[in-house]
Amino acid sequence: MNDVSNTPPLPDVEAEIPARAPAGIDSKLEKKVSIRNLNFYYGDSQALKNISLSLCTNMVTAFIGPSGCGKSTLLRVLNRMYDLYPKQRAEGEVLIDGVNILRPEQDLNLLRARVGMVFQKPTPFPMSIHDNIAFGLKLYEKLPKSELDGRVEAALKRAALWDEVKEKLNASGLSLSGGQQQRLCIARTVALQPEVILLDEPCSALDPISTAKVEETIDELKENYTIAIVTHNMQQAARVSEHTAFMYLGELIEFGVTAQIFTSPEKKQTQNYITGRFG
Amino acid sequence: MAIYDSRRRRSKFYLGLCFLAVIIGLGWLALILGTLFFEGLRNISPAVFTQMTPPPGSGGGLLNAIVGSLIMTTLGVAIGTPLGMLAGTYMAEYGRYSKLTVVVRFINDILLSAPSIVIGLFIYEVMVAKMGHFSALAGAAALAVIVIPVVVRTTEDMLLLVPDTLREAARALGLPRSIVIGKVGYRAARAGLITGVLLAIARVSGETAPLLFTALNNQFFSTNLNAPMASLPAVIFQFALSPYKEWQQLAWTGALLITLTVLALSITARALQSQRPAK
Repeated sequence: MNDVSNTPPLPDVEAEIPARAPAGIDSKLEKKVSIRNLNFYYGDSQALKNISLSLCTNMVTAFIGPSGCGKSTLLRVLNRMYDLYPKQRAEGEVLIDGVNILRPEQDLNLLRARVGMVFQKPTPFPMSIHDNIAFGLKLYEKLPKSELDGRVEAALKRAALWDEVKEKLNASGLSLSGGQQQRLCIARTVALQPEVILLDEPCSALDPISTAKVEETIDELKENYTIAIVTHNMQQAARVSEHTAFMYLGELIEFGVTAQIFTSPEKKQTQNYITGRFG
Repeated sequence: MAIYDSRRRRSKFYLGLCFLAVIIGLGWLALILGTLFFEGLRNISPAVFTQMTPPPGSGGGLLNAIVGSLIMTTLGVAIGTPLGMLAGTYMAEYGRYSKLTVVVRFINDILLSAPSIVIGLFIYEVMVAKMGHFSALAGAAALAVIVIPVVVRTTEDMLLLVPDTLREAARALGLPRSIVIGKVGYRAARAGLITGVLLAIARVSGETAPLLFTALNNQFFSTNLNAPMASLPAVIFQFALSPYKEWQQLAWTGALLITLTVLALSITARALQSQRPAK
């Protein structure tokens, strides 16, 4: 996130853009998350510049752009992960179901239970597979053991991991392979039944087979959840998402329906990026 | 080629010096251990563990000293460990960015290398002098003061080794900080934390100076915390300097016992630590 200055400048090609109907997304869609005029700062350096966009309910929104463009930062604003560190601050509004989560009195633990997050590197807790999932659940709900086990099973099935681990639920979560660990982390997040799931490059450490499994999982999850995914893999963005946002140097360059972004982007910068001419 | 040959010759020369240094270093250790085993084992018998320290000129054992050492070490570690763990936890988790942590770390480092005789004198001044008599309690307090900085240091270091991604992942589930530290942080750092306590015990079990000023010594068996108590190091100190053959023999045996204890603790600590990355 600090290599903004290393990225080559984009050619200023505003003039070349032919006139056409503005892209963007269908305004009639139900919005789960609305980001309005969001600015974000790491100390004195500004990482996000006046971002405005919406995540639609039960849809997957992909964030693409070169390293350091601010897409991960944006995701970390949505569950206020940045609050764990001093000198990071956000300005503007992020509305979830119409309530601004950036207001100071927002309860962060409740927010994070509603807005789950899966990270780039799999991070299983140093405990058994079962406990990895039950751990968070037990904190929010008092469940009898049978029901708890049921919820654990359901979450593992959701994350397409159940068949691989059902025989060894008491094994350490760290004994799983990287791809399985990542799906365990997804299961852990899903078990809490959040409303929004943030995926921060969830497949960047995985092999193609695991990646395919995670993508399948994402596909199933969107029936119930609103999903935002940051990815460096453009095919992945095209495969899994309904909407795509292209970001560059902390700015939102283009946001719209995925098919349109990938076939006929409005901005030259977007086209350069998705065709691999830079980034 | 000439340069290469001279380089090889120099390499051999310095490698030889390294071997010599190792042999000299390990040689002393072997000599010390050899003498200890030779002198200590000569006199070892059930009496050592069943009889009290004898008056000059007659046979006896070390029972009162062994029990005294166990009591005061246990008490000292029991007082020092929780304090050290809490301080270390504050420094690594809550106060990571605060000035207080920097100050505490600095003071802790000074305390860590403070001569133990100074700590003995300090406890003498604040406890023994005030109470009017030597006591096992004062001895335990002096040992606790030695334990605290060791545990603070290892607790902080070990918690800082726990990757932030793991903390973030747990916080992203909406888990409050206290739970994240207790259930995830401590768990991930468990081997290291136990190692720290073991090393603190090892450090403390050979301390003589602080006990001489506080628990003094006791010719008889006593479990009264409010009275002077015997300890192995104090008995070794007294007996080794005495002109009596039996006492000198017992001092050797006592020294062997302490060395074996410390050795066992260190080996356990080592084993625990090497097990950590594999987990």
